Amino acid sequence: MLRFTVRRLLQAIPTLLVLSILVFAWLRVLPGGPAGALLGDKATPESLADMRRLMGLDEPIIVQYFKFLGRVFTGDFGNSLASGDAVITEIARRFPATIELSICALVLAIAFGIPLGYLAARYRGRLLDNAAVITTLVGVAVPVFFLGVLLKYIFAQKLGILPPSGRQDVTIDATHVTGFFVLDGLLTGELDAAWDAIKHLILPSIALASIPFAVIVRITRASVLDVQQEDFVRTAESKGLTTPVIRRRHVLRNALLPVSTTIGLQTGLLLAGAVLTEKVFNWQGLGSLLAEGIERRDFPRLQGLLLLAAAVYVVVNLLVDISYAIIDPRVRVR
Amino acid sequence: MALLEVRDLSVVFRRKGTRPFTAVDGVGFDVQPGQTVGLVGESGSGKSVTALAIMGLLPKRGAEVTGSVKFEDTEMLRLSDKQLRDRRGRDLGMVFQDPLSSLNPVIPIGLQITEVLERHRGMSRKQASVEAVDLLGRVGIPDPNRRLSEYPHQLSGGMRQRALIAIALACRPRLLIADEPTTALDVTIQAQILALLSELVRDTGTALIMITHDLGVVAGLCDEVNVMYGGRVVERAERHALFASSRHPYTHGLLASIPRLDAPRGEKLLPIKGSVADNIPWEHACAFAPRCPNALEVCRDVTPELSPDNGGMLRCHNPVGQMSGVR
Amino acid sequence: MTKLLTRKAERIDELAESGGTSLAKDAFRRMRRSPAAITGAVITILFVLLAIFSPWLAPKDPYVRYDELRENLTPSHIPGPMPGFLLGSDQNGFDFFSRLLVASQQTLIVGVGATVIGAAIGMLIGGLAGALGGWVDTLLMRFTDILLALPSLLLAVSIAAMFANGTQWTVIIAVSVVSVPIFARLLRGSMLAQRSSDHVLAATALGVKRTTIVFRHMLPNSLGPVIVQATLTLATSILEAAALSFLGLGDSDPDRAEWGLMLAKAQGLLDVKPELAFYPAIAIIVVALGFTLLGESLREALDPKNRR
Repeated sequence: MLRFTVRRLLQAIPTLLVLSILVFAWLRVLPGGPAGALLGDKATPESLADMRRLMGLDEPIIVQYFKFLGRVFTGDFGNSLASGDAVITEIARRFPATIELSICALVLAIAFGIPLGYLAARYRGRLLDNAAVITTLVGVAVPVFFLGVLLKYIFAQKLGILPPSGRQDVTIDATHVTGFFVLDGLLTGELDAAWDAIKHLILPSIALASIPFAVIVRITRASVLDVQQEDFVRTAESKGLTTPVIRRRHVLRNALLPVSTTIGLQTGLLLAGAVLTEKVFNWQGLGSLLAEGIERRDFPRLQGLLLLAAAVYVVVNLLVDISYAIIDPRVRVR
Repeated sequence: MALLEVRDLSVVFRRKGTRPFTAVDGVGFDVQPGQTVGLVGESGSGKSVTALAIMGLLPKRGAEVTGSVKFEDTEMLRLSDKQLRDRRGRDLGMVFQDPLSSLNPVIPIGLQITEVLERHRGMSRKQASVEAVDLLGRVGIPDPNRRLSEYPHQLSGGMRQRALIAIALACRPRLLIADEPTTALDVTIQAQILALLSELVRDTGTALIMITHDLGVVAGLCDEVNVMYGGRVVERAERHALFASSRHPYTHGLLASIPRLDAPRGEKLLPIKGSVADNIPWEHACAFAPRCPNALEVCRDVTPELSPDNGGMLRCHNPVGQMSGVR
Repeated sequence: MTKLLTRKAERIDELAESGGTSLAKDAFRRMRRSPAAITGAVITILFVLLAIFSPWLAPKDPYVRYDELRENLTPSHIPGPMPGFLLGSDQNGFDFFSRLLVASQQTLIVGVGATVIGAAIGMLIGGLAGALGGWVDTLLMRFTDILLALPSLLLAVSIAAMFANGTQWTVIIAVSVVSVPIFARLLRGSMLAQRSSDHVLAATALGVKRTTIVFRHMLPNSLGPVIVQATLTLATSILEAAALSFLGLGDSDPDRAEWGLMLAKAQGLLDVKPELAFYPAIAIIVVALGFTLLGESLREALDPKNRR
């Protein structure tokens, strides 16, 4: 098991390198040139010259790349053009918001997606199955941001039962410890703050969960359908085991394997969806940071976020591989 | 009273958009306690479907099962799902063809045995584990203690099949159905498994239905043999009688097609001409007629009945060793 | 290869291995019986017809700001249906209904443009990798795999950000880049699957030149999977384009009528005139659904596992 983990870790390094090269290359193609892009409008001939020297623009490309890597490792992503703060600080500040939202969305997608997928497979061809399949198709066809806007319109504007944006009501004086507002509320005993945070989480989570939900339902359904045909399920039936036992130990244990890898894949969708959802709901997370960065062509910010995205993607990839090895004993042999 | 009485069992598969397919047509036979009965036929003869029908393992939707299957005087085809589940594993056991795909790949072997014991004998996990070790030992798996926590892919093909047999016999069922248990295994292992089965059923007094396409398997194991073709039983005979003087052209063809060790070199092999796919609608005909060297006009118009013949049963208008002519 | 990638790649590989001219007739028959396929096909055809004929179908000129509409136009009030103007005005004084109709053209252009460019480049890369094999194959595919596994929106955003000013072509190119790795892998997979097939082996044994084999034997058999993927990519391209417009990366020209753009610009006007956002959104959803249904039914129909 340990050897497997180490092996996968080593395999992750080239991927990270390639991604960093991609970001590096991207930086150089930006309008204004690499230095100009990072300095933006505030560039003066002096600051441009300084930046060029810092980036080593007249030196060989390899040197430039290594200087770039150096800066990345020290966390120097430059300063945001919009706010002037160090990008890394902005990222640290907004990080918990996106994590909170993503976890909530993922939990929703799994908690509703897997049971629905299983039931669709169990009652194949009947009304429930058809309804589920249609729902998944529609779920993928609806643009995430539109869904968010629609939810906002119905629940916040028309019905007024849920807040339209933000993470917390300005009127509530909440103490923030971790940056995870719900958790903070619970930790500090300010239950009304926690409840308020939850209310703010509901709509964006549903919007963000929509696509992962659709994918999870589909994959679970397909996987359960496949496993139900397998010989060992027939063996289990021939043993006279009860339906719940067969379902739990034989069908689901095997059917959920591909589903769990999909969940790892969902992180990519969540990252993308977060950008749109956070913008719609004015959620102060990394997604809206990216959205704002796009709008204002704030390249230092974009560079930092892209690098972060690359790192997150690789880490999640690694975790998914490891967890797969834990769940499926056959993988460990390789 | 026979342990198992199958009467007029028929299975029709209906799927949307296709013609209904009769896999089993009016099959009947008996199994006495402790007896080993063979069900012989090629693929498509309906033998596996018959076994699944007896166990109640056919899908409720899509498979129409009619007739009667009486196990210890209880009509199996009319039992509820719960009643069936109570009996399966406890009173009837089944061993399937491919041991690798028939075992759950993600849980240890031990659990696949203990779960049957926990279910039907109400044992605790610990008690069941002890019993499981004993069972594994009795089917000839070395170092059974270690095997308990191993996964199917860690065992060899022969060991997996032994494990499956252990699982099927765990609760000492009165009837064991083995569906081509050795087909997926190497020849040398085949012999071992068959010997094991033979020994186990003798020791425990379990009745065995042996399903196979291999007459060699039958010769060594079965007391009585049913030959199936096209979903019907076409001949039934006691073991020696079948091999010495089979009467149905199909059985005769099967026996003749086995290459003999003592045949002269260069002697041609004698296959049965045609293939199972050659068929005419046989609701009112003999299914084997297109390939039968003894076929008469009547064979294509009238389904022969299964009737007593020479100590066994025979379904044929013009059996081997009879003068040509309508009966 | 890691598990995350395997999932996405698996689906593409499966599609690549299906296909082959003999399946076409079978596939067609199966599709005619499937309600999903029929619905998808109907929607697609209607959409294309609309896109082609909309300039003539539109009752008013979609690019003219009509005085009748602008009369009562204020930031907090946008005129509703009026005689001659079926759905009233949009936020700029254009006839909303006509704009909606004509926008189908631009939306189709964006979808088709992105798909065609992505497919062309992707197939070029995949074809090279599949035909040449060896280190070319390995290098190209490693690179494609990494691109394949990245979240598409982030990739599209990075590409779009490279352009100084957003135009419609920004969106088209950015979205096309996302589908390049998909087509690359698809074609390569298809060629790999066929390289060991009987008819290719026979042709090689007969001494047929490699280029002829590739173009005359392999490519036609890859057509099926490519068409399926193109249909699906059309749907996703339209959605991605809409997302990019929403983020402000697309066209800023107020005159251009495109559903994604219209939806993006109507976000803030929900309390004033929600139809401005809803109708384009519904249009996008229906069209995306149509293409997806069609593509998925095609995929099912071509899948050799379904052959009886």
